[in-house]
Amino acid sequence: MIYGGKKIFAGLFIFVVLLISPFLANIGKADAQPNPSLNTPTIDALAAKQCVGSAQFMRTYHMQLLNEWRDQALRHGEYTYVNSQGQKFTISLENTCLKCHSNEQQFCNTCHTYVGVTPYCWECHQKGATQ
Amino acid sequence: MKIERREFLKLGAAVAVGLGGGMTLDVLTKAKPAAAETTTDAVGTKVSSKALHAKRWAMVIDASKFKTEADFRRVEEACVKAHNIPDFGPDSKHQIKWTWEEPFTRTFYGVDDPYLPEAIKKENFPVMCNHCENPPCVRVCPTQATFKRPDGIVGMDYHRCIGCRFCMAACPFGARSFNFVDPRPHIKDINPDFPTRTKGVVEKCNFCMERLDQGLMPVCVEASNGAMFFGDLDDPTSDVRKILDTHYAIRRKPELGTGPSVFYLVGGGGAGA
Repeated sequence: MIYGGKKIFAGLFIFVVLLISPFLANIGKADAQPNPSLNTPTIDALAAKQCVGSAQFMRTYHMQLLNEWRDQALRHGEYTYVNSQGQKFTISLENTCLKCHSNEQQFCNTCHTYVGVTPYCWECHQKGATQ
Repeated sequence: MKIERREFLKLGAAVAVGLGGGMTLDVLTKAKPAAAETTTDAVGTKVSSKALHAKRWAMVIDASKFKTEADFRRVEEACVKAHNIPDFGPDSKHQIKWTWEEPFTRTFYGVDDPYLPEAIKKENFPVMCNHCENPPCVRVCPTQATFKRPDGIVGMDYHRCIGCRFCMAACPFGARSFNFVDPRPHIKDINPDFPTRTKGVVEKCNFCMERLDQGLMPVCVEASNGAMFFGDLDDPTSDVRKILDTHYAIRRKPELGTGPSVFYLVGGGGAGA
């Protein structure tokens, strides 16, 4: 038995409990998944509710796609994007993406807040510009 | 039923042709709607099929048509409105300028000969980024945020700009401005179709590349009432080449070898075209 063992082990126990207290506090509670809302007047009016890519692709790769779009439009002057279905889209954050997704709070921010990212798109680009 | 070897091969060939033909037809029918879809895209946005292209965009400014203050204001205000340029007042150190007005001695530095006509020396000239053939700003940019496009336009990618201002030091024409503060609250009349800039980036005239891609001429050219001309310097039949072929035009600081794409008709005569 080490000298003053009781105090040491009690102290250690309190320390560990404090350390894992956030996990203890959330035990048994369901993880609140982000639930972005897709519904905007423009999307509701579409015959086929389909983005430029599949929902899975857009969810995973929208940031890479936006980077590619930026370089294509700005550096190469190519303003037409052809998706895997052969459909054509105008490359523009303001006039293509945000025309449908005009609900920034429910659409963009829901997931961005959940994963703790703060993209700085809106410092220059204007939200829902065409609305 | 027993099939001879020869019969089997014939049958196989026929099936192969049938399948191949079927696939070809399938491709043709699929290609048709795609070919017809040139004016609107899948969500109804116009696909710009009439984008203007050039080997090297250039501008000719007929200085004799910039007589009154109103001529300058009209052009500047059209640019300010189209590109969300903030207004900090004329004497502010935060001033952002895409196109502005300079006196003769500062426009054509080094050619202010004492025996030039007084009238020319008193004239003012509209100036902007010269979209140089050999742009020093592009050479010094450490992040390639500023770049020269294949059509000769010197563009800015504000996403990549780190605000080091090397380009401002390199530009011999002072065509670049730095955003010392957030410009958004200072934009008088915001144009929702064009982005603003943010604090900490350098900005300048973009030769209206966003309008060229929609088949439109730059706003200053449209607002100038025929005092500015825009076209392909590489095309002998373009507006700018026709004027340059018949008129004596000068460029700013040609001795520096940057090869500006903005030409000036100075001293009357004008283009008349």
